[in-house]
Amino acid sequence: MNKEIENTLFVNGQTVEIADEPNLLEVIRKANIDLPTFCYHSELSLYGACRLCIVELEGKGVVASCSVQPEPGMEVRTHTAALREMRRTTLELLLANHPQACTTCAKNTQCKLQDLAQRFGIEDVVFNRPVKERPIDDSNPALVRDPNKCVLCGDCVRFCAEVQNVGAIDFANRGAQVTVTPAYNKGLGDVACVFCGQCAAVCPTGAITPNSAEQDVMAAIDDPETTVVAQLAPALRVALGEEFGYDPGTSVTWQMVAALKRLGFDKVYDTSFAADLTVIEEAGEFIERMDEGGERLPQFTSCCPAWIKTAEHFSPDLLPHLSSCRSPQQMFGSLARRTLPEQLNTTPEKLVVVSIMPCTAKKYEATREEFHQNGKPDVDHVLTTRELAGIIRGAGLRFQDLEPESFDLPLGFKSGAGVIFGNSGGVSEAVVRYAHEKVTGERSPEVDVHAVRGEEGVREAQISMGDRTVRMAVVHGLANAQRLTEQVRQGTCPYDFIEVMACPGGCIGGAGQPVSFDENIRQKRKAGLYAVDKGLQVHHPQDNPYVAASYRDAIGEIGGEEAHDMLHTTYKTRQRIAGQELSLANSEATGQQLEVDVCLGTSCFLKGSQDLLQALAKYINTNELGEHVEVKASFCHQKCGRGPVVKIGDKTFEHADFDTVRGTIDEVMQNS
Amino acid sequence: MAVKKFEDVCDILDRQGRNPARLIPVLQEVQKIYGYLPEEVLTFIATSLDLPPARVYGVATFYAHFTLEPKGRYVFRLCDGTACHVKGSSDILNALRDKLGLSEEQDTTSDKMFTVETVSCLGACGLAPVMTVNESVYGQVTPEKATEVIDEIVKNEEDNG
Ligand code: SF4
Ligand code: SF4
Ligand code: FES
Repeated sequence: MNKEIENTLFVNGQTVEIADEPNLLEVIRKANIDLPTFCYHSELSLYGACRLCIVELEGKGVVASCSVQPEPGMEVRTHTAALREMRRTTLELLLANHPQACTTCAKNTQCKLQDLAQRFGIEDVVFNRPVKERPIDDSNPALVRDPNKCVLCGDCVRFCAEVQNVGAIDFANRGAQVTVTPAYNKGLGDVACVFCGQCAAVCPTGAITPNSAEQDVMAAIDDPETTVVAQLAPALRVALGEEFGYDPGTSVTWQMVAALKRLGFDKVYDTSFAADLTVIEEAGEFIERMDEGGERLPQFTSCCPAWIKTAEHFSPDLLPHLSSCRSPQQMFGSLARRTLPEQLNTTPEKLVVVSIMPCTAKKYEATREEFHQNGKPDVDHVLTTRELAGIIRGAGLRFQDLEPESFDLPLGFKSGAGVIFGNSGGVSEAVVRYAHEKVTGERSPEVDVHAVRGEEGVREAQISMGDRTVRMAVVHGLANAQRLTEQVRQGTCPYDFIEVMACPGGCIGGAGQPVSFDENIRQKRKAGLYAVDKGLQVHHPQDNPYVAASYRDAIGEIGGEEAHDMLHTTYKTRQRIAGQELSLANSEATGQQLEVDVCLGTSCFLKGSQDLLQALAKYINTNELGEHVEVKASFCHQKCGRGPVVKIGDKTFEHADFDTVRGTIDEVMQNS
Repeated sequence: MAVKKFEDVCDILDRQGRNPARLIPVLQEVQKIYGYLPEEVLTFIATSLDLPPARVYGVATFYAHFTLEPKGRYVFRLCDGTACHVKGSSDILNALRDKLGLSEEQDTTSDKMFTVETVSCLGACGLAPVMTVNESVYGQVTPEKATEVIDEIVKNEEDNG
């Protein structure tokens, strides 16, 4: 056999070379045949359940091409009558179970099921929904789940478990009852979901979608009493265009501003301005932590709310390592609520701040109580990139033909550092641009961020600043981030500064963006952001005159008390399942018993709270205290840094051990 | 006794080496202790085995012999295998459910006294239709006989205070 034949196979008679494709499906796609799939995603493990990718293999019959290794000489057919029939049947079965509600579905025109039904020319469907309607889950501001639209491909489950290592959703039940759900059928808002929205991005149908704020925003615009301002995230400008036929990565900044003005926004500002503030505060904090000797290093970035929530659920012991900086969205909100009412001749109550973000987690972030002033959120509504596209289309604006307009001042002026925030690695680079000059008095050289050998998903850079060498790591994907938190715990983490973004490629791959899992498109968006950076006059946040003015007029000293008040925040530990408690009561509660509550949350658990609880339980049993003492275990007292945490009556003990707890119980018993 | 139960759960976890691959045996043994799988206990198991609660919930709802609801003191199991079905087991089922006033979503009475379930085959087809109540087996059951069993239990319970 000559070399050529060794490495080729035949797709419908056409010769195709096998390179390093992991499966037959990829080889067939390389031959420009777009086989349909639901359950195949190149970044996820194989599932092989949807059976749409079937092909006929000479000598083997019908196989799922996603689950077959390509071998030289294989003869593959992709479009025989039998295959067409089988695919049709699969689709018809799915459609028969599917709510016929395309016109009102958030995924209308972007749905894979709809698309395939069209491609296969399916005209009638025997409507036959055997199971009862399942309730819709809108328990949270970020995402809506409609399990009735689920085709059980499992893409969301695998993304959440494999790429994010969160595991908030999984298959449950069996037979006709199978569904994808959070634990105990709870809403996503009551479990450890971090609202990254990547499940919605991979979902081929409308079973998980961003929770739309379109109506609220339009109502605010219609209200003559209010002044409505917008802040636009960096990543938006290089992706919104895709919704209107531009190439990925094309910057449509000025049309975007024009569109918002036409829609009735009173002012249009740039979140990149706030990103400049973030750089300054975060770099300041970093320098401080280096100076104090490194106990709070590595410093993790804090601009990704999905990452923050992950840390709060899964790494509560490391919260002191998070930068205390608010994200750019929230820095903007805080500053806007304080300074804009006077500038715009309105009151804080009548100012409506709308953010437009590439992200679903930002919808949740805006509702965090830390970001409220006088009971009102700093950011009132958050739209995604795609929601904005929908509003623009709905208003009938011809996006391509809009006369460009520019951002309003002062909160619309930014440096390039604030723009590159939108891609993975950008925050680190921006922080270096500032910190280097701060420490050495000189402009920073170019930062070379490169992949770390053997550490997939982690990139690193080394920068010397004066006599110090700073090691930085850049990760995207929460599973990668959690590998680094584990290293920090083990004391083996070599980095000083770690940038984390939950989404593939950073915010440019956010779940609010036009959906794409194509690495090329992400690269183009990233290149687009760097092009915008190049095109600006200012590349360093310290050169932004409006930032300087804000410090002078509103914020005060960098890292000072007021800055902390306005631009920084605090974090808290979060339970995995909201409000759960394990009662170990021996008898019916009488209300008279002394309550002893031992934390069994992840962190206390690791610190030995289970042994404590067992010892305590034994003690109470042998001394027959059951009538007087009620022992309970709850899943988090939100003080994980200081576990094990035990509450006895209304007193809380940190770092508790058995003797202290026993002593206290004895004391209370004697006194009563 | 709840404290004892908790200790037993910890024991089970230790015996299974806190190995996530041993989830199913852990659940089986824990269900023996509680009679069902309480949600909080599932979360505790998830924490101990380092698995997401959603995964543990998925496994617990996949196998028919796991139950997440507490069962009644008296569990009526009615065989719905072919032989019993042919001999009218569904009439018996309806009679039992009517008598106990169970709604469509309910298998257990709200006082947690009775649970009614069907099983696929009790392996006593010669006696069809077959019903078990806890450990006792009843053969050739009729709707009347079945409801009488309930009456008897209620009477006994009352007599014993
Ligand atoms: S939003 Fe993210 S964390 Fe939540 S279920 Fe979806 S993928 Fe998992
Ligand atoms: S919710 Fe969507 S992604 Fe998840 S299994 Fe269902 S159809 Fe697939
Ligand atoms: S893509 Fe191959 S079975 Fe779903």
